[in-house]
Amino acid sequence: MEEILKVEGLSKTFTLSRKQQKIERSAARKKVAVDNLSFSAYKGEIFGLLGPNGAGKTTTLRMLSTLIKPDSGDAVLGGSSVVHQPEEVRAKIGFLTSELKLEDFFTPNYLFDFFSELHGVEESKREERKKEMFVRFGIDKFAEVKVANLSTGMKQKLSLVISLVHDPEVIIFDEPTNGLDVLTARTVTDYLQELRAEGKTIILSTHIFSLVERLCDRVGIIIDGRLIACGSLGEVCNGMSIEDRFFEMYKEVKGGEE
Amino acid sequence: MKSNTWTIIKKEFARFFGDRQLLFTTVIMPGLLIYIIYSLMGSGIQSMVTEGQDERVTLGVENMPASLAPLIMTPDNEVVPMTFGEKEIAMLADKDVNMVLVRFPEGFDEQVAAYDPQGDGVVPNVEVYYNSTNNAAMREYMKINGVLGNYARPFTVNVPQNEGQRFDQASEESIGAMIWGKILPMLIMMMLFSGVMAIAPSSIAGEKERGTIATLLVTPMKRNELALGKVVSLSCIALLSGLSSFVGIALSLPKMVAMGDGVDLGFHYTTADYFALLLVILASVLIMSSAVSLLSALAKDVKNAGTMVTPFMLVVMLAGLLPMMQSEVPTGVVTYLIPFYNSIEVMTAVFSHELAWMPVVVTLASNVVYTGIAVWGLTRMFNSEKIMFAR
Repeated sequence: MEEILKVEGLSKTFTLSRKQQKIERSAARKKVAVDNLSFSAYKGEIFGLLGPNGAGKTTTLRMLSTLIKPDSGDAVLGGSSVVHQPEEVRAKIGFLTSELKLEDFFTPNYLFDFFSELHGVEESKREERKKEMFVRFGIDKFAEVKVANLSTGMKQKLSLVISLVHDPEVIIFDEPTNGLDVLTARTVTDYLQELRAEGKTIILSTHIFSLVERLCDRVGIIIDGRLIACGSLGEVCNGMSIEDRFFEMYKEVKGGEE
Repeated sequence: MKSNTWTIIKKEFARFFGDRQLLFTTVIMPGLLIYIIYSLMGSGIQSMVTEGQDERVTLGVENMPASLAPLIMTPDNEVVPMTFGEKEIAMLADKDVNMVLVRFPEGFDEQVAAYDPQGDGVVPNVEVYYNSTNNAAMREYMKINGVLGNYARPFTVNVPQNEGQRFDQASEESIGAMIWGKILPMLIMMMLFSGVMAIAPSSIAGEKERGTIATLLVTPMKRNELALGKVVSLSCIALLSGLSSFVGIALSLPKMVAMGDGVDLGFHYTTADYFALLLVILASVLIMSSAVSLLSALAKDVKNAGTMVTPFMLVVMLAGLLPMMQSEVPTGVVTYLIPFYNSIEVMTAVFSHELAWMPVVVTLASNVVYTGIAVWGLTRMFNSEKIMFAR
């Protein structure tokens, strides 16, 4: 197996406001969001980061996509370091999260061309890919409708398409089915499996057990910013369902505190 | 990959020129509005001056002194000797009554002759009743005032003795230039600034607020390409907006400043003047877009950006007032290193026909350097997760 992503000792700390300190009844000014995280992902697999809200999943993915910088540690993605070669990393990944929005004023057609240009996609290739992707997600019928006038589902499908204009090797996907109706969610998960079949690597975060069971080849369980377990689904679950296994681990970690 | 900068510029243009409403409100409307308002104000002033010019006024005079009778009688009035009281005076309240009432004290000529400024005798007083809202009456009142002012004065001042005799030795053109030099720099700066304000906050703070900047930040584009693309495109659009306002001012101001004879408000500027002006406007727009972009990047949202820019705008306006208070254009190099102030001074010099190239070059060069620093700063901000993703 070809290792495409190697995360080593990744950490991120946020400074708390005074008010937040009171809420958390903590004297510490700092909150460790991601604590010395290390894992690897291989070519042609779907790797899932599973954890409750606030566990540090999104922070991890944002560091991998170079939107924020780690305090320490590094991640090497396709041979480029997120700390030292962020532009190279961004050229290799497609990052999708609900916090990335598209400008309401423009049409899907325009945005596809615009982002293709920023990614340096050739024009002939761009047109070919646009046609294929637009038909695949049913955007072709809305290609000249301003984003502002698209339905929520259509907007999300468009965001997905836009994040993949450059046909990246690695796709980083934060909560891929959040807020989607069952039909759209299905389209997205089917597409992720298709991408895997093409040899792409997909890193996703989720708190939905069934999604992990259905999609992921390997999984990392993250609680309070720390990686509790990591491996193939079979290794991590140890004969139990992922849900039962997760709660077992959760109790082990949190048991001492409460 | 400098082409990314171009991609960003194209997108900003597509956003701006594709939005007819935005285009109208920032480029077409300012010029049009200024032209219409100034023209209306100009013609308003004009009509105030000319209205009632050919109407005759009845001048009721009590105790007309013999010495003044020939001076008071003019083709515009009909002098009626009369005695009047409260009732007649009350009639003047109706603004449609073209009448002025003058009451001289009895024996006015003798009283004036007997009056000794050093002594403590009674000062003769003339009462003139009029209605200032009636233009014809107002004019008559002023005329009488003039006649009385010159009464018994054995000389006149500056009454032309032959056709075209002028007493002010400044050329008509240079008076016009002085007026332009005092007014236009500040107006241009304000127009350019409002152009920048109309677009820069929504282009930077707005993208941050709407979450669209993050989408740009995950592309392989370098942050400095984004910063440069933003500043350049915003400057171009602000320039257009400023230009529109400028055309509006230039076309309507001659109507507005209807000062009559002796002042030529036409534009008498050379190609070099216009070229220098263009360079300075360009330099000003660059520094304004840079500064407002920096503040907008710091701001949480568009509203916050507006609040942050306001004090800054006041400073620019104050700088714009300086030429009105000083008599000489400064010559030191240091003056032209101060952003905003340098633009104002160079513009003042150009409009007053005192163009020198050193200030133009220093202003342009220093502003380009400041813009470079601002682009660098903006790049740093785009790189800073605290600034870009803070809520």
